[in-house]
Amino acid sequence: MNNPPDIAQDPAEHEEYAHGVHQHVSRYLIVGAILLFFTLLTVALSYVDFGGFFAWLFHIHISPATSGKLNIAVALIVAAFKVSLVALIFMHLAAEKRLIYRVLIFTGFFVLGLFWLTYLAWYDPITR
Amino acid sequence: MEIPYTISTRPDTGLWNAKIGIWLFLASEVMLFGGLFSAYVFLRLDAQPGEWPHGLLNVPIGTMNTAVLILSSVTVVLAWAALKMRRYNAYWWYMLATISCGIIFLFVKLYFEWPQKFSHYGVFIKPAAREKYEQYLGNHRRDEKGLEPRIEITGHLENHEALTDPNVKEYEIALDPVNADPDNPSNDRPHFIPLPATDKVAKIEKADVERMDSFGPWHSAYFASYFTITGLHGAHVLGGVLVFLYMWLPVSKKVYQRNPEHLANRVEVAGLFWHFVDLIWIFVFPLFYLL
Repeated sequence: MNNPPDIAQDPAEHEEYAHGVHQHVSRYLIVGAILLFFTLLTVALSYVDFGGFFAWLFHIHISPATSGKLNIAVALIVAAFKVSLVALIFMHLAAEKRLIYRVLIFTGFFVLGLFWLTYLAWYDPITR
Repeated sequence: MEIPYTISTRPDTGLWNAKIGIWLFLASEVMLFGGLFSAYVFLRLDAQPGEWPHGLLNVPIGTMNTAVLILSSVTVVLAWAALKMRRYNAYWWYMLATISCGIIFLFVKLYFEWPQKFSHYGVFIKPAAREKYEQYLGNHRRDEKGLEPRIEITGHLENHEALTDPNVKEYEIALDPVNADPDNPSNDRPHFIPLPATDKVAKIEKADVERMDSFGPWHSAYFASYFTITGLHGAHVLGGVLVFLYMWLPVSKKVYQRNPEHLANRVEVAGLFWHFVDLIWIFVFPLFYLL
């Protein structure tokens, strides 16, 4: 999963170098096609009544509210998959320098903290 | 003095400087959009039954715009690869395609999606009066099936003078199919192809109306978050288009002639921003259009 080298190459080696980049191009095209396919898939899945399906499959009762939550979960899983493809392949995070991963670890930590604040507001004993 | 490490990498980080710069910027962008998304989660979880609307956005247009944005993400990475392979002509065309995609996206948003919303109205019925409008709300059947109640009648306003003239005592609404035929189970879930308002007109007395608004940010927490997040996202798309335009114009050919790798690095950094904008949209699309 190496990315094309960052630094300009010796002109003598350029032919080989260009060939290396060329191989990446086909990967980008495949990822683009996968992303388009999953866009259509997520639209289609949002019209599937998962609650009704699982109720039929396991002979259980599933309320419309729970059924809606199943659709949300499925849509978010598909979105997370698409986002990781964009991040890993298009944004080259599959093979990046360590410093960038460090920046992103902090970002992840703080953004989770941000969502946690929202969660805290949910349990605010004064206004609720 | 020349700016250091625009092309070659710094020995200690192993990166050229702009790359660290853009990632730090994207980290701050994650926090910006993260705050808005957490507000969305909060508002949505806090909505009372029936308060969070579904199926009010045009899904086919949204899907098309998602595809346009993904396509532009592919073309920008191809533009960068073309520079790496020293094919300026190919770069020029890929960049043009990227810029066009960005403009199409914004055009669809500003000329099709948003204006449609401002001419579409929702009338919120007072809880005590909902029984009176049962023929449009269909809450008896929804209650039996355990579905959230309908609290709003939507459609096109036929008598606009009702908005300003206090002597007009009722709103005349050309009903959306959902309210024209509320007991039809096929209306329990949003349709993929949005159906136009019917010619069935409902007269709703102002005395029974809690409030009545077009589908602008003032309509509900849903539309407030929709316009805030897609508006900010649209501003990012516009910013990306302007930067790409600069890199596409002849000015940047000079950079290429001086050192092709310099332009390649610029395109890579702008591309990282563009992919991030695409990444945000991948979440926005299902959260607002589909769920």
